[in-house]
Amino acid sequence: MAFSIKHIRPVLGCVLAACVLSIDAAGQSVPTPPNTIAARALACSNCHGKLGEGTQDVYFPRLAGKPSGYLLNQLEAFRVGRRKYPPMNYLLEFQRPEFLRELAEYFAAQRPPFPPAEPSTLSNDMLKHGETLVTHGDYQRNIPACTSCHGPTLTGMDPGIPGLIGLRSKYISAQIGAFRYGTRTAPEPDCMQLVAARLNEQDVTAVAAWLASRPAPANLSPAAKGSYALPFACGSEPQ
Amino acid sequence: MRGLRSPAFFFAACAILCVANAQAQPNSATTSNVVSRGEYLARAGDCIACHTAPEGKLFAGGRAMPTPFGTLYSTNITPDPQFGIGNWTADQFYSMMHTGHSPDQGLLYPAMPFASYTKVTREDSDAIFAYLKSVPPVRQQNRPNDLRFPYNNRALIIGWRTLFFNEGEYKYNPQQSAEWNRGAYLVEGLGHCGMCHTPINALGGSSESEAFQGGLIPMQNWYAPSLTSNKEAGLGDWSIEDIVDLLRTGISARGAVYGPMAEVVYNSLQYLSPEDIRAMAVYLKSIGQNTPPPPATSTVPTTEGSLLLSLGKTVYDQRCASCHGKNGEGKPPNYPPLAQNQSIQMESAVNPIRMVLNGGYPPGTDQNPRPYGMPPFAQNLSDNEVAAVVTYIRVSWGNRGAPVSAADANKLRPAPLD
Repeated sequence: MAFSIKHIRPVLGCVLAACVLSIDAAGQSVPTPPNTIAARALACSNCHGKLGEGTQDVYFPRLAGKPSGYLLNQLEAFRVGRRKYPPMNYLLEFQRPEFLRELAEYFAAQRPPFPPAEPSTLSNDMLKHGETLVTHGDYQRNIPACTSCHGPTLTGMDPGIPGLIGLRSKYISAQIGAFRYGTRTAPEPDCMQLVAARLNEQDVTAVAAWLASRPAPANLSPAAKGSYALPFACGSEPQ
Repeated sequence: MRGLRSPAFFFAACAILCVANAQAQPNSATTSNVVSRGEYLARAGDCIACHTAPEGKLFAGGRAMPTPFGTLYSTNITPDPQFGIGNWTADQFYSMMHTGHSPDQGLLYPAMPFASYTKVTREDSDAIFAYLKSVPPVRQQNRPNDLRFPYNNRALIIGWRTLFFNEGEYKYNPQQSAEWNRGAYLVEGLGHCGMCHTPINALGGSSESEAFQGGLIPMQNWYAPSLTSNKEAGLGDWSIEDIVDLLRTGISARGAVYGPMAEVVYNSLQYLSPEDIRAMAVYLKSIGQNTPPPPATSTVPTTEGSLLLSLGKTVYDQRCASCHGKNGEGKPPNYPPLAQNQSIQMESAVNPIRMVLNGGYPPGTDQNPRPYGMPPFAQNLSDNEVAAVVTYIRVSWGNRGAPVSAADANKLRPAPLD
């Protein structure tokens, strides 16, 4: 291929030059991508899907339908390096906050179909343990129920609290781990850091597996801002 | 830049203006002019990129700078008298810029680009100093450098200086236009473009005879292409308008900035005046030479090369063509053309491989605040597929790069991204 083109290059060069000239003269013949935020969000699609529906990779989260404030907090945290994941830090380092807001609002507004629930290989006892922690917490160990912040249907609350369903168990346990070890932090008071620190390995496995096994709720949208009171202060969701 | 938008900076700026108004003396107005000129020049010098840590206070230093010799930490250049440069005089500041000799630390490590800043005029140095004295002081102690033996011995800098440092302000070239000279002054001086675009040798020095000839940036694993060879990033056959677009907006009809250059546009170049950017473009265009292409140095055997090529076309058509076009024509300036794109065909294939692995957005700029981006493919493509598609774009549509191997692609997977 290179060989054949090499020989026709002088001709090709003239053709190209002619094209360029006619394009310049016409002024509008250059193909342009759609002037939309969706086109600009395509750089996210390989890992998160075109509409933020997620991909086969279990470590990359679904973005669609998460509260825009939450998504913006994450984009901003990646941009400044507070949340560490080098491929994301690299993509966002030199972007403007207004652009990140647009991206966050775009993914927050999408409602692609939910992924099928993830079948779990854990024992029924473990899944039951996960369900109990998610829906009731553990009073003795000062662990609040996930539902007390992430909502009774676990779809989160505007503007800053993410939904927990539609995510794969590996992603959820990796994130709880990141909060425990401090590689993922949020504005003070960093409520997730406090909660994650009280969970042991078994808790994390059980919670992640049970959450991932949940079917899609009837309403995928996060609860409206202020729909319920949080059990304690959280920097990501100023009350 | 983040810092400059902070409320603290805003108040400081107001305070300066208020003082100027209250006194209503020409002297104060002049001071304020000098400060704002200094701010502009500090932008041109991109001081903020190193002297402000991520989420740190403006110019308070503390940013880690990994080098092949260990980690350096940038210093506090706010006017704090104890930890910053509050007690420095304009003479001392000029001497630091001009000779690399700091009143606090003695000889500076050449991570501070004094080999470029030595070209800065006394007047400009004074303006930058006045500006730095005007920002809010930050009481933040400098973090000690973490250099390995023997590099932790500052006496070694004397040797480095003997080899690589030529002291002296920029000398006006009367055979060139004023615009060209202004461009040369900015590119060679404050812009310190040679820090990356001149090959770095094992001693961490860049030789003047090889100025702007390109090289791999240590620790970052990006290739800073030659600015003197039109086969690389030489801009000899670019139009002035395209160069101006690239430097000011981050994108152009010929290509976009990425990697470390995105940082330079984001923090520095987008803020420069159209006249200064144009001057830089005029100078850069003049140093681009039509050098003969280097001999193809691919280690990939021919048979493997043709296999790569056919796989590469499959990957390209599936993954790349929707943005970059069936024939690599792109949708300029938003999706750069790959056909006849110099950075695709360079002898070093580091950048095209890294673009495929890591993707990237051009920087957000005033002229292009909502850039289109390229997704990373590291998680989607095997080493073989990366090598194949990079090979395909390097040899197709009249491009004359050499094939790359799966091992070349694999080597760059762990390249640092921050």
